[in-house]
Amino acid sequence: MTTAIALSAKPRNLSGPVGVAVLLATAFGLVPLVGSDYLFEAILTPFLALALAGLGLNLLTGYAGLLSLGSAAFMAVGAYAAFNLSLRVPGLPLPVSILGAGLVAAAAGLVAGLPALRLRGFYLAVSTLAAQFFVAWALNRIGWLSNDSPSGVINAPRLVVAGLSFEDARGRYLFSLTVVALLTVAAWRLVRSPTGRNLVAIRDQEIAARIVGVKVARTKLLAFALSSFVVGIAGVLWAFAYLRTVEPAGFNLDRSFQILFIVIIGGLGTLRGAFLGAGFIVVLPLALSRLGAVLPGDGFDSGTLEMVQRIVLGALIVAVLIREPAGLAALLDRAGRRLRLPA
Amino acid sequence: MRQIFAADESLSWVRADFEAMASSASLLIFRVQSLLGQVVPLRHRSVVRRPSSAASGVLACGVEAAEATALAVEGLTLAFGGAVAFEAIDLTVQAGEIHAVIGPNGAGKSSLINAISGLYAPQSGSVRIGAARFSRVPAHRLAALGVARTFQNLALFKGLSVFENVLSGLAGAQRAGLAAQMLGLPQARREARAQRERAADVIARLDLAGVADRPVGTLPFGVQKRVELARALVARPRLLLLDEPMAGMTATEKAEMSRFIREARESLGSAIVLIEHDIGVVMRLSDRVTVLDHGRRIAHGTPAQVQANPAVIAAYLGLADEPEAEAA
Amino acid sequence: MNPDLAFLVEVIVGGLLSGVMYTLVAIGFVLIYKTSGVLNFAQGAMVLFAALTFVSLVERGLPFPAAVAATLAVMVVVGLAVERAVLRPLVNQPPITLFMATLGVAYVIEGAAQLAWGTQVHGLDLGIDDTPLEFGGVLVSLFDLFAATVAGLMVALLTLFFRYTRTGLAFRAVADDPLAALNVGLRLPRIWSAVWIAAGIVALVAGLLWGARLGVQFSLSLVVLKALPVLVLGGFDSIAGAIVAGLIVGAAEKLAEVYLGPFVGGGIEGWIAYVAALALLLIRPSGLFGQRSVERA
Repeated sequence: MTTAIALSAKPRNLSGPVGVAVLLATAFGLVPLVGSDYLFEAILTPFLALALAGLGLNLLTGYAGLLSLGSAAFMAVGAYAAFNLSLRVPGLPLPVSILGAGLVAAAAGLVAGLPALRLRGFYLAVSTLAAQFFVAWALNRIGWLSNDSPSGVINAPRLVVAGLSFEDARGRYLFSLTVVALLTVAAWRLVRSPTGRNLVAIRDQEIAARIVGVKVARTKLLAFALSSFVVGIAGVLWAFAYLRTVEPAGFNLDRSFQILFIVIIGGLGTLRGAFLGAGFIVVLPLALSRLGAVLPGDGFDSGTLEMVQRIVLGALIVAVLIREPAGLAALLDRAGRRLRLPA
Repeated sequence: MRQIFAADESLSWVRADFEAMASSASLLIFRVQSLLGQVVPLRHRSVVRRPSSAASGVLACGVEAAEATALAVEGLTLAFGGAVAFEAIDLTVQAGEIHAVIGPNGAGKSSLINAISGLYAPQSGSVRIGAARFSRVPAHRLAALGVARTFQNLALFKGLSVFENVLSGLAGAQRAGLAAQMLGLPQARREARAQRERAADVIARLDLAGVADRPVGTLPFGVQKRVELARALVARPRLLLLDEPMAGMTATEKAEMSRFIREARESLGSAIVLIEHDIGVVMRLSDRVTVLDHGRRIAHGTPAQVQANPAVIAAYLGLADEPEAEAA
Repeated sequence: MNPDLAFLVEVIVGGLLSGVMYTLVAIGFVLIYKTSGVLNFAQGAMVLFAALTFVSLVERGLPFPAAVAATLAVMVVVGLAVERAVLRPLVNQPPITLFMATLGVAYVIEGAAQLAWGTQVHGLDLGIDDTPLEFGGVLVSLFDLFAATVAGLMVALLTLFFRYTRTGLAFRAVADDPLAALNVGLRLPRIWSAVWIAAGIVALVAGLLWGARLGVQFSLSLVVLKALPVLVLGGFDSIAGAIVAGLIVGAAEKLAEVYLGPFVGGGIEGWIAYVAALALLLIRPSGLFGQRSVERA
C-alpha cells in the first residue's frame, strides 16, 4: 500500500508546542471545571478510549501498512488481563496492572502477528480475524478468565491510584485523559524515532527497506506488539473507565471495524487522525439523533437511527477513500494553511 | 578460482576479533579523512570490516582475494520457470571500479542486479561479495555486507521526506535499540546526531539541500533518482549497484548524475556496477564494460575494447534504435 | 453399518454439504478478486440484501418467479452501482484501500437493506422439506442435498461460462494479465461490470439458500466470515481452490466441532477454520491453488 496512505506519514506539529500546551491545559484544567457528568460519561471518556485504540491501530495499519481486523480482540485481552491482574494479585497498584495488561495484549499481538512473517495483504488481514474470533471464544468458554461469571461479564475494579479515587464521572475522564496523554507522547516519540521511520519504510517499499538493512520481520512483529500494547490499554479504559461492566460481546467484530473506521476517517499514518476520527465516530450518532428530532414526523426510532448511522458511516468511508485518502487530518491541515495564508 | 580455505574455529575467532579492531580503527581513519575532505586510499578501505564468515553457507576466501575484488559473479544462471533470464554469467568488479553492464532490452541486466542483491534465487553459480560467497545472496544482509543499490523504477519511501529517505539508508547501521530511541538515551541521541550529519552531508553533495524537507513523492522523477542515489551513498557502500540511474533524464541531468557517481567512487572508493543505456555515458564513465545479449555475456573489457568488438556491434546493429526506445 | 462409523460418515457428509454452501459464497469473492484484485468484503452484505429483498417481495404477495426476477434485477443494479460509484474511482489504488472501501460499501448495503425492509427475522421457504433421508444408516438432510446441488450447478455454470463464452475468455485474459488484456483491446470496464453483475447473481443464489437455512436476518451478512477461511485456504483467485477448500473447511469444521468441541467447551466452529487455514498457509503461502506470485523489485 503506498499512494493512499503515503501522503502524511510524518506528524506535523499540532500547530506547534503552543497548540499542544493549550490543548492539554484545556483538557486538564478547563474541561473538568465546566463539564457536566453527561459530557464526561457519554462523550469524553468513550472518545478518549476509542482515540487511544485508533492510535494503537494506526501504528500498525497507518504507519507499518499492516491491516488488522482484530483490534477489538486486543482491547478485550487488555481489559480481561487488567481485570485478572487486579483480582488475583492483591494490592497490585492500578497503574501496574494496566501496564501488565498492555504487556499481555502485546504478547497476544505478537502471536497474532506471527503469520505476518509469511503472509501479506489480505491473507494477513484474514489471519487477524482468527485472533478476533479466538479471543471472543476463549473469553466466553474459559470461565477462569472472567472469574466464572455467567457469560463472561466482568465488573471494573475500583479506580484508585495512591489513595486518590477516580470513581466519579470527572475522575474517570481525568484518569483516561492522563493515560491517553502519556501514551500519545510515547507514540509520538516512536513515530519520530528511527524505528518509526522503519515502519513507514516497510509500508512504502518493503523490498527497498530490507535492502537498506531494516530488519523487516522483527520490525513487523514489533509493530504488532506495540500496536496491541496501546490497543490493549485502550481496552482497559473502555472497560474500566467508560462501561464499568463489560462482556466479551462488547469487543466484537463491529468494534474492530469501528476502530479501523476511526483510523481511516481521521487519517492513516497520523497521530492526530486517531483523535479526529474518534471524535467524529462519537459525535456522529449524537448529531444524527438530534437531526432526527428536528425532522418532521416522529423522528428516528432507535433501529432506524442505527441503520442511518451505518449508511452514513459506510458512505463516508468510501467518500474519504476516494476524495481524501489522508483523512480529516489532511483536511484540517489544508484548512489551517488556507486560514494562515491571508495573514 | 581462488583457493578456499577453512580455518578452524579458534583461529577464526581470533581473526574476527582482529578484524573488529582493524575495522573500528580504519573506520576512524576513514571518518577523519572524510572530514578533511580527502580521498580515501583504496588500500585502507579494503581491510574495513569484512563480513562474518560464521553464517552457514558462507565460505571464507583468501584474504588477498577480498583485498581488491568487491564483487565476483561466477557462472551465475537464473531462469523463471522455463524462461532463462541469464546464463553462466561471470562478472568481476574491483574496488574503486565503475563497471557498466550494457545490452539490449531483455538482455538480463536488471535480473542480474536483482540476483546479485538477493531478490532472485539463481539456479546455479555463485556471487562473492567481499569475502563472503553465496549461492543465493541473503537480501536482508546486504547492508551489513556493505552493498547498497538503486532500483530501475524507483523504490523510495513515499511517505517520508527526502531527508528521512536518506536517513533510512542508514537503517542497517542502527545500533541504539527501541527503548534507547524512545527514552532519548545519550547513546541513541549521539547516534541520531551522527546519522543526521552523514545524511546532511550526502544531501549537500548531491545538491538536494533545497528539497530536503519535501515529501519525496512530490519531486520530479530526475530528482527522485538522485534521492535514491543519496540513500544508497549515505551507507558508504563498498559495492554500489545502480540499475539505470539515468533513465528518463535529460542530457544535463545525465551529466550531473555522472559527476555524482564519479565523485562517489572517488570519495568512498566503492566498486560500482552500473546499468545504463546511453552508450556515450557508459564510455565516458566506466572503467570496464560487460555486454549482455539474450542472457549471455557476449563481450567484456575496457570501453574501447568493447566498442571495437564485432559481436557487440552486431548485437547493437540488429537493434539500432533499441537503446533510445528503452531509455524513453 | 457400525453406528459409530455411520455417525462419522454422517458428520463428514453433513460437513461436505455445508462446505458447498461456503464455496458458493466464496466464489462471489473469487470472481471479483480474479479480475480486479479486490477482496470484496461487501459480498456478505449483498447476500443479505438479495435474501431480504426477495423475502420482502414474496411477503408482499409477489409470486416466486416474479420475485426472483425482480431481485435479480435489483442485484444487477446494486452490483453495477458499486462498481461504478466506488471501484472505478479507486482504480489503481492499493488493494488494501479497495478492500477498506468495500467495508464501507458493506455498511451502506446492510444499512440500506434493513432500512428498506426492516430488521425483523423473516422465514424463507423454498418449498423443500428438511426431512432427513437415510442412506444405509447415514442420515442426510434433504435440504442440504438440494442446496448442495444448486450450489454445484451454479459453480458448473460459471465454469462453463468461463471456458466457452467470449466474455468468459476475455474475463480469464483479464484475470491472467490486465495489462496484456488491455493491449489486445479488451475493454476492462465492461468486464468489471460483468463481474460485479455475476457477483450479484451469485449473492442472490447464496442468499436464497442460506436464507432458507438460517432465516433472513442481519446475521446472514456474516456468511462472509465463513467464506474467508475458504478463500485463504483455496487462494483468493482460484475457483477450483474455492470448491476444494469449501469442502475441506465444511468437513473439518463439523469433525472438529463433533469430536474436538466437547473437550474444549464447544463453539469452536467460529475460529477453527481460520486456524486450520492459517496453519496450512504457513506451509504453502499461496493457498492450495492460488497462483504463486513472483516477488519483484
